[in-house]
Amino acid sequence: MIPGSFEYHRPSSVQEAIGLLAKLGDDGRAIAGGHTLIPMMKLRLATPAHLVDLSGIADLKGIRADGSDIVIGAMTTQHELIGSDLLASNIPILRETSLQVADPQVRYVGTLGGNVANGDPGNDMPAVMMCLGASYHVMGKGGERRVAAREFYQGAYFTALEDGDVLTAIRIPVPPAGHGYAYEKLKRKIGDYATAAAAVVLTMSGGKVADCSIGLTNVAETPLWAEEAAKILNGSSLDAATVKRAVAAAEAITAPAADARGPAAYRTKMAGVMLARALARAKSKARG
Amino acid sequence: MNDMTPSSAERAAKLEGMGCKRKRVEDIRFVQGKGNYVDDVKLPGMLYGDLVRSPHGHARITRLDTTKAAAVPGVVAVLTADVLKTVNLAWMPTLAGDVQMVLADGKVLFQNQEVAFVVAESREAAADAVGLVEVEYDPLPVNVDPLKAMAPDAPMIREDIKDKTEGAHGKRKHYNHIFSWQAGDKAATDAAFEKADVKIKEFIVYPRVHPCPLETCQCVASFDKIKGELTLWGTFQAPHVIRTVGSLISKIPEHKIHVIAPDIGGGFGNKVGAYSGYICSIVASIVTGRPVKWTEDRIENLSTTAFARDFHMDVEIACTKDGKVTGLRCYTIADHGAFDACANATKWPAGLFSIISGSYDFPAAYCLVDGVYTNKAPGGVAYRCSFRVTEAAYCIERAMDIMAQKLGMDAAEFRMKNLIRREQFPYTSAFGWQYDSGDYQTALKKAMEATNYKRLRDEQKAKREAFRRGETRELMGIGVAFFTEIVGAGPSRACDILGIAMFDSAEIRIHPTGSGICRLGTKSQGQGHETTYAQIIATELGLPADTITVEEGNTDTAPYGLGTYGSRSTPVSGAATAMACRKIKAKAQMIAAYMLEVHDDDLEWDVDRFRVKGNPERFKTMTELAWAAYHEVPPGMEPGLEAINYYDPPNFTFPYGAYICVVDIDVDTGMVKVRRFYALDDCGTRINPMIIEGQIHGGLTEAFGIAMGQEIHYDPDGNVTTASFMDYFLPTAVETPHWETDWTEVPSPHHPIGAKGVGESPNVGGVPCFSNAVNDAFSFFGSTHIQMPHDHWRVWTAAEELGLHG
Ligand SMILES: Cc1cc2nc3c(=O)[nH]c(=O)nc-3n(C[C@H](O)[C@H](O)[C@H](O)COP(=O)(O)OP(=O)(O)OC[C@H]3O[C@@H](n4cnc5c(N)ncnc54)[C@H](O)[C@@H]3O)c2cc1C
Repeated sequence: MIPGSFEYHRPSSVQEAIGLLAKLGDDGRAIAGGHTLIPMMKLRLATPAHLVDLSGIADLKGIRADGSDIVIGAMTTQHELIGSDLLASNIPILRETSLQVADPQVRYVGTLGGNVANGDPGNDMPAVMMCLGASYHVMGKGGERRVAAREFYQGAYFTALEDGDVLTAIRIPVPPAGHGYAYEKLKRKIGDYATAAAAVVLTMSGGKVADCSIGLTNVAETPLWAEEAAKILNGSSLDAATVKRAVAAAEAITAPAADARGPAAYRTKMAGVMLARALARAKSKARG
Repeated sequence: MNDMTPSSAERAAKLEGMGCKRKRVEDIRFVQGKGNYVDDVKLPGMLYGDLVRSPHGHARITRLDTTKAAAVPGVVAVLTADVLKTVNLAWMPTLAGDVQMVLADGKVLFQNQEVAFVVAESREAAADAVGLVEVEYDPLPVNVDPLKAMAPDAPMIREDIKDKTEGAHGKRKHYNHIFSWQAGDKAATDAAFEKADVKIKEFIVYPRVHPCPLETCQCVASFDKIKGELTLWGTFQAPHVIRTVGSLISKIPEHKIHVIAPDIGGGFGNKVGAYSGYICSIVASIVTGRPVKWTEDRIENLSTTAFARDFHMDVEIACTKDGKVTGLRCYTIADHGAFDACANATKWPAGLFSIISGSYDFPAAYCLVDGVYTNKAPGGVAYRCSFRVTEAAYCIERAMDIMAQKLGMDAAEFRMKNLIRREQFPYTSAFGWQYDSGDYQTALKKAMEATNYKRLRDEQKAKREAFRRGETRELMGIGVAFFTEIVGAGPSRACDILGIAMFDSAEIRIHPTGSGICRLGTKSQGQGHETTYAQIIATELGLPADTITVEEGNTDTAPYGLGTYGSRSTPVSGAATAMACRKIKAKAQMIAAYMLEVHDDDLEWDVDRFRVKGNPERFKTMTELAWAAYHEVPPGMEPGLEAINYYDPPNFTFPYGAYICVVDIDVDTGMVKVRRFYALDDCGTRINPMIIEGQIHGGLTEAFGIAMGQEIHYDPDGNVTTASFMDYFLPTAVETPHWETDWTEVPSPHHPIGAKGVGESPNVGGVPCFSNAVNDAFSFFGSTHIQMPHDHWRVWTAAEELGLHG
């Protein structure tokens, strides 16, 4: 449980960080809160020779409104997400989700950028970002680009990030006022990753679903955007039969691993149960 | 008596003696982070050891090359089995009469087994070098299933003893067989079953779990070449046993070994045994001439040092149709892992498992236990219980529920009918144990009244109907458990460890000014001994508890004792403390008589003083007598005021309790919510009610963890998949239910102060109570037994199998 030795760098700008990471190549690794990376280093599953600490870069911090979007700096901690009034009034699902991430100690240090950049299917934020239609600002050797969350995740720990890229911010379109939302997470204890979790954002109009988006956590190699299930629900009143069909559609795209949380079949079923519960709760919160 | 003299009651209260909720004196340093643990020991020139471990569950070692590791800057030595052989320490004897590899000798038998020991100037260098020890393995077939261990074609775990036909406890039946052990009367039991109106049979597994104290196992070994002396600091629950075993193994004379157990951050049985890390540190210190520290990390702790349970029990109960139990039969396979390093009293390979008839009046009973080897870590310790008592309590308490269910009787009513009755004590069980005391019916009745048991059952009935009508997806379960422990090992006629009788000791010195020190052979790991032993002395000698220092853990200063586990401290050393006090008091009485110029018999004891009968103004306080003991003893008497007692208990003690738990189960996720948990404990005389409550809370929390989520799990290839807290369920304050505690007080008749021990009761009684609650929720669908742990997916699976998901 003792990491190998490494050099530590603390750049003060994004450019400097990118330069360092480009120079160091395979030997370098960005570190944000370190709450995923350091445990891996202690187990020597990761053995970077150089750590490039992003926490000295002021530009990577903060939560701001930008037109109809909210932009969150990658180094914003999960604890800061919980405390943000801007998020609470505009994208409350982020607060609800953050409160279910890990435990307070981890949230004080763990960052939103690290959570979404890491590519761990167990992380809660990626599915929520897919659900919300967020995009990530990425800076690398070739300059800045934006990648949709729904296209970012390629496999367990494989993302659209390329060597030397730094994820600088998360851009989220603010859902319509009066939207309903819920993040339902089944876990064994505080600090545990989800057995299965479902994020739902929906708008209702005249008692029917006008728009709906669904993300699923930890039931496949990547977080999932359950497009088909959402389509089934659009236009419905979330009646039992339709929900049942949507749940089946969502379950169909899962491919969880068996682990101490349970066998694959169970985790698939739990994705369905979490989705049904998230839908019910989101509906109860929605206006219209 | 003049008006200025405080009353007896006022004086007694000032002493903070037995019965007082005295605050824990050790907490003053613990809450300030000022405890002194093994990892705080830092000696000049100290080196750090780290272990290379096997990635395989079973494999032959074909090559082991330490060249690269030895070349890492800062590395001082690398030990392997071949190096240890030069000092005859490649293998070590176990407490159970087996031998165990210190470092892998030719093959590895379980995952994470110790293969080499790297010693370096820093922990970092040692960890780097561990990765550079080159080991090549030729994998062998693995068996992690104890039920398959004695199959004709099972992989042979222990080649080293393949020709050994006699085990430590009789004939071996198979090359993976360790022992057979039986108790009770087989013929009488079989006859009872033949005549029985009603019978049940169930296969009940108590999974492999781990005591996982927050502080892992560690040591610092320092060998002084000039004096030929070894000082060993370590996380030892039984320091003297470590000294004796250490001397026998190392051939260092026992007087030249100094064992020191400083503050310990929880033990729960994990810190009783001797581990490879200790032996390697000692050898490394001898080889390098420098102190060597070894610190286990969490993964090493969970996967290699002393697991608990892993009992696979086929249990049967025979009964009359009106609900009187007539017979109990149990056949058990005990998985001891790759080496039999079980920590039991030597004569008892299955510990005190024959307490399995529990709290009930079984006229006939019989049990047979077979111990087997598998490719799993060795251990089998008494995790917060007396040897194998919790396995027994779990088994009987589940089986009683299953029988009640078959009879169509209420679980509490069925127990009430079969509990040993007050007038039957002292009661000799069908297995021959003499239960010293108890009033079981009163305890169960009190528990049922406190929880309003009848109303709970009514509510459950209504909820079940609502469930059937489809109005709720929640099931309510009510768990009842009535447990009896057998603790305080133990009487020398029954108990020894490697031939050393399991007595324990206390040595008390009262200083001239009336304060004192008490040293004992036990060792607190957080139980609060410094607080409670002083309270016994306060009451016995009339000296304020605050004026008594309690010291344990240094073999140079403490009298010999067998240590702390199996709830033995209060029953054995607590008794020794009282007995030593009484010797001191007898001497003080003679001094008082001399000073007051009366006959000894003319004096009577009054809280903190001897006074002349019928003339209470004439007295000598204990403080005055302490002073006198050092300057005006009666002619011919030795000066001083000290005593030592080695207490060999006449019997075990038998704490018991009645627990009731209410759970609500979400059938669709398998989540179990504990709505209520009520624990009534009878531990005899209560020394410190606050500490008792703390012990109950802690043990119930452990029981909750065990019942609801713990299992040290191996996959079929021998990989241990639960070696960190990410995978091994350790409840936090968030998950932990609220505990309601209660008590009755039936003192032990043979113990000098009537105390029975309490630290382990909640773990023993808690596990069956939780499990019974979960099982109870599903019983009305005909389910008889769902195996632990009752984590979400297993509960959900039970519901699925009963067709509850539509
Ligand atoms: C006990 C515990 C429980 C946890 N439980 C949960 C949970 O329930 N749900 C959950 O979602 N998470 C959980 N986590 C993970 C926690 O939220 C992590 O902190 C988070 O996932 C990663 O954020 P970080 O800032 O710590 O990233 P780090 O560990 O610093 O980095 C993680 C990875 O992302 C890369 N990276 C980080 N930031 C950037 C960036 N800006 N650009 C490019 N690459 C970057 C790093 O190079 C590294 O590979 C838990 C962690 C612990 C220790």
